[in-house]
Amino acid sequence: MAKIPVQFTLNGAEKAEFIDGGTTLLNALRDKIGDTSPKGGCHQGTCGACSVIIDGELRLSCLTLAETCNGAAITTTSGLSQDGVLHPLQRAFLDAFATQCGFCTPGMIMAAKVLLDHTPDPSRDDVVEALSGNVCRCTGYEPIIQAVLTAARSNSQNAA
Amino acid sequence: MAIRRGRGVAAINYPTGMNLGGDPTQALVHSTPTGNFMVTLSSVDLGQGMKQIMAQICAETIGVPTDRVVVDTADTDTGPHCMGTFASRGTHRAGNAVIQAAREARQVMLEVAAEELEVNASDLETDGQGNILVKGAPQRSISIFDVALSAHFKRGRSISGRGMFLIPRSYPEKETGAMKPSTCYAHACTVAEVEVDDETGEVTVLTVKNVFEIGRALNPKMVEQQLVGGSWMGISHALYETTEPYYPDRDHGGTDFNQYLMPGPGDLAQTEIIVLERPSADGPFGAKGPGEMCANPQIPAVANAVFDAVGVRIDTLPITPERILRALKAQASN
Ligand code: FES
Ligand code: FES
Repeated sequence: MAKIPVQFTLNGAEKAEFIDGGTTLLNALRDKIGDTSPKGGCHQGTCGACSVIIDGELRLSCLTLAETCNGAAITTTSGLSQDGVLHPLQRAFLDAFATQCGFCTPGMIMAAKVLLDHTPDPSRDDVVEALSGNVCRCTGYEPIIQAVLTAARSNSQNAA
Repeated sequence: MAIRRGRGVAAINYPTGMNLGGDPTQALVHSTPTGNFMVTLSSVDLGQGMKQIMAQICAETIGVPTDRVVVDTADTDTGPHCMGTFASRGTHRAGNAVIQAAREARQVMLEVAAEELEVNASDLETDGQGNILVKGAPQRSISIFDVALSAHFKRGRSISGRGMFLIPRSYPEKETGAMKPSTCYAHACTVAEVEVDDETGEVTVLTVKNVFEIGRALNPKMVEQQLVGGSWMGISHALYETTEPYYPDRDHGGTDFNQYLMPGPGDLAQTEIIVLERPSADGPFGAKGPGEMCANPQIPAVANAVFDAVGVRIDTLPITPERILRALKAQASN
């Protein structure tokens, strides 16, 4: 079968790959490009572990065909830290003990980042709503909710 | 038809590990040439924090800072034998094995230091910062770094130790069936408050108040993390999760996250956690197993709360709206 060329930026860096038609963005990122931060929990759009940000919007990479991402700007959790300094959300997840096995964590952080990008000062309900597409087996969610609220507070302090 | 409130309480004794064939776990500890310590295990860290706890236990026993210890749980083909990570057994079983192995390694370390300092090993102590001192004369000391170099390159000693946990197997008594399935029990008590809609059968858990007695919290924040997640999981077991609603018939069994349900971030009960510490006699530094234990008391507490609310006893899990409505119907026709 003929390979299809795709080109996009991943965390600011140009990427170009030849892929099989029908390859999901999740598989392209993990198996072709080697960014394993998005996780495959269900491969059918029900767990949120594969969440990435495409042109500013939260998307499930398991339901997105890589060939539809030509020219897109894609962000994953592995692109968040800068020069070894963790993103405020990553820091807050650590400090709040909001991760155990960590399988849901990259998806949670992507969902939280999109929320905070649009709503810098969210209410608890906003956070719950933003995380409601993401499944976690381990934490009971409360530490994650607290981490997102803490990250929002630290962001607004830095901005002030 | 109304929303009815109920409150239920339940208490549990929960065994740490199990006793099928002695429940063994083994550990190896050795020093690198620069005096860091490696713990080798086959016990797996699933995210519950076993690596951190084993590093703490090893460091405390040998007398070095925790960041001088590396825990390798990489491979069950090559590591020392472990029964597995389940039954709240990791900290207790692997922890005991690590203490034993670390003690043996510490003894060799002190013997090498004794030769370097020309004193008896029994006259030495560690300062917890990476140094070995002569008791009563702390100006005479040697760093563990130098002791390890000496052991590796001068004295030809291996600073290492072997440890294992094994309890005698307990067979049931023929007459009574009595046996000793465990040597160590954790305890918990939960009070749950629910609302039950007697028209739809839907249950909302309003509050869960949990008290957990877990021996000793070797890492209090990580214990809390387990308990918060476990309390949520208990409610999930009570009300949501099942693979086989008509077991052994597979029909209607959940096949994905749309059907295999768990409470989401919008369904959380207000949760309170209190930790009681009563060090266990045979646990590492008094620890018991909090992991699996902590997801249990919520289940009978919720079942009792449902009974308190609408007067029906649901004795099959999960307590679904369907089961409540069927029970209410049966009750009305009696
Ligand atoms: S892997 Fe994409 S939603 Fe589960
Ligand atoms: S931390 Fe394990 S699934 Fe969320």
